Amino acid sequence: MTAASGRAVGNSTVATVDWAALLKDAVIAALVAILLALPLVGVETYDVGGGALGIRTHFDRVAIAAAAVFAGRLALQIRQRFLRRGESRIAAILSRLTAWSNRQALRLTIAGVAFAAALPFLPFSSRYLIDLATTVLIYVMLGWGLNVVVGLAGLLDLGYVAFYAVGAYTFALSARDLGLTFWQALPLSGLVAASFGVILGFPVLRLRGDYLAIVTLGFGEIIRIVLLNWSPVTGGPNGISDIPRPSFFGLPFARSAPEGVTTFHQFFGFEFSPNQRVTYIYFVILTLALVTNLFTLRLRRLPIGRAWEALREDEVACRALGINPTNVKLSAFGIGAMLGGFAGCFFATRQGFISPESFTFIESATILAIVVLGGMGSQMGVVLAAILLVTLPEFGRAFAEFRMLIFGAAMVAIMVWRPRGLLAHREPSLLLAPRSTRGS
Amino acid sequence: MRFGGLTAVHDLSFNAHSREITAIIGPNGAGKTTVFNCLTGFYKPSIGRLTMHVNGEALLLERMDGFRIARQAGIARTFQNIRLFAGMTVLENLIVAQHNLLMSASMFSIAGLFGLPRYRSAERAAVERARHWLDKVGLTERADTTAGTLPYGAQRRLEIARALCAGPALLCLDEPAAGLNPRESAELNALLLAIRAEQEVGILLIEHDMRVVMGISDRIIVLDYGRKIADGTPAAVRADPNVIKAYLGEDEVETLPGSLATDLR
Repeated sequence: MTAASGRAVGNSTVATVDWAALLKDAVIAALVAILLALPLVGVETYDVGGGALGIRTHFDRVAIAAAAVFAGRLALQIRQRFLRRGESRIAAILSRLTAWSNRQALRLTIAGVAFAAALPFLPFSSRYLIDLATTVLIYVMLGWGLNVVVGLAGLLDLGYVAFYAVGAYTFALSARDLGLTFWQALPLSGLVAASFGVILGFPVLRLRGDYLAIVTLGFGEIIRIVLLNWSPVTGGPNGISDIPRPSFFGLPFARSAPEGVTTFHQFFGFEFSPNQRVTYIYFVILTLALVTNLFTLRLRRLPIGRAWEALREDEVACRALGINPTNVKLSAFGIGAMLGGFAGCFFATRQGFISPESFTFIESATILAIVVLGGMGSQMGVVLAAILLVTLPEFGRAFAEFRMLIFGAAMVAIMVWRPRGLLAHREPSLLLAPRSTRGS
Repeated sequence: MRFGGLTAVHDLSFNAHSREITAIIGPNGAGKTTVFNCLTGFYKPSIGRLTMHVNGEALLLERMDGFRIARQAGIARTFQNIRLFAGMTVLENLIVAQHNLLMSASMFSIAGLFGLPRYRSAERAAVERARHWLDKVGLTERADTTAGTLPYGAQRRLEIARALCAGPALLCLDEPAAGLNPRESAELNALLLAIRAEQEVGILLIEHDMRVVMGISDRIIVLDYGRKIADGTPAAVRADPNVIKAYLGEDEVETLPGSLATDLR
């Protein structure tokens, strides 16, 4: 008897909505909105004349803002009560998408690479599109590089842009002072960046989590500030310009070449077009990114990669199994930094001009966001997140000043629906037996 | 071993031999885990010496880093609160345990990167070793599942298998039977006896479960307040008045429920 009546009460609370609580919640939200809107939109200063400022008040705008927040909050709450299923449907679609992409991983990879390779020759492609794709690929490569440090080894690095900068400046300086070409400087950039990675690694060996993040953040800033202030070498805020473009096996991309040098279009008998260089640069970064991917995928299946993951899971257990955590951490920092250095070298040759302004903290944050949004340790996720994060602001151009707002909202939405990243999935590095033969 | 003013382990000396199971028992806070932590390099003993004889060579453990103790002296351990690589598969856990072997076979990843035969055969051997221990602890079927999703008892067995994959000369088990049901702890007994019979390895054991301790130990060392109060065969330790006093208190033996008293005796 009591059980039945209890159930009846339970039913009635589900069916009727607690309007008082909803209204209270919406009123609180509206009050917060008023507090924020008062200084932001409620007060306007104007020139009275004679250099003095007058203040105009716009309480009507504050009222509109408060009303909008009140209505929006109420609508959101009601939606949550009545359409709870609708929201989880989006999450379900996303997770089904993840499962599908994991099953079709190989096919998707082939299709993606084929599409990337064919992109410049597709009818709708333009110089702008190839440029955008090049930018996406730089971030994909940086994401894959940072994935080694953050995704595999579990070392939170907020200063990854430092290695990107080191790679870029290594090439710019060696081209200016030593006359190295892009292909000669590429290994050098990786090497120098890797040494910086190891140098950073030493002082932070004992740190983890938040503390590590703060030190790496500081390291990134140190590099940027040194580049900014060491004017005699780095050119300070003016940066370094006239960085040589990459050549195709010694054939430069130019309308006319100096005496004795054959240009790319002369050699192949093409009509000269500035698009050739853009396309070539696109293929360079595509190759670099794919090599990075293959390299990290291979490392993951080697003892060094498994040690990275083991370190992320449990450092104490690693030690008890005879794994030297120092070596494991330094190798992760070094290899991650090396990949960042390669990307930086490419960035320098693509832009033809670099300055410290390209290597601010926001870059580190973007790269980290790509790794986290994509799903830590997921190679595919990085690609997806890089495309999203680079192209979203581009599409947002139409909305001008609302760009960053849309960008931020999209990031919040992703984290609400996929808290572990878009494609969070871990593929075992080796299996005991192929699943099909186990039954026999 | 001292922590500030507290002496956790005082003037303790004992031997653990290969092909023997030595148990360390004692009431809570007696210093058992501290002994383990000194032995495996997590703590540096304030005073004293720990010597490991491997292949006729005497290694002084108190001077070595934790990971070197595992690597060179061949001491592997498990933990009181299980420390598996929870996000990795069962098999990967066992392969990581053979890291140093595989790392040198992969020539610091260069041979591995190009998939040279030298590395590939080393990896196959490592998988075979892992399969051997998986069979022993009965986890072959679960080899490709994530370690963190295994039931508790299986995680305990996996941790032992992982320690054995490192190829230890001395295996230190910190409360391997904790949280196991009677059937599982009987299986654990059988496993430890099989290891002793088949492997050139000494087993050092911390345990509260007297069925395990009395059933399989060759020697028992009893600690109380960081001091050794007894050292001998199970039968001798069981009869030792000091041990009974430490566990049950001076006069309360008679008032104990029968089951607990028989467990101890």
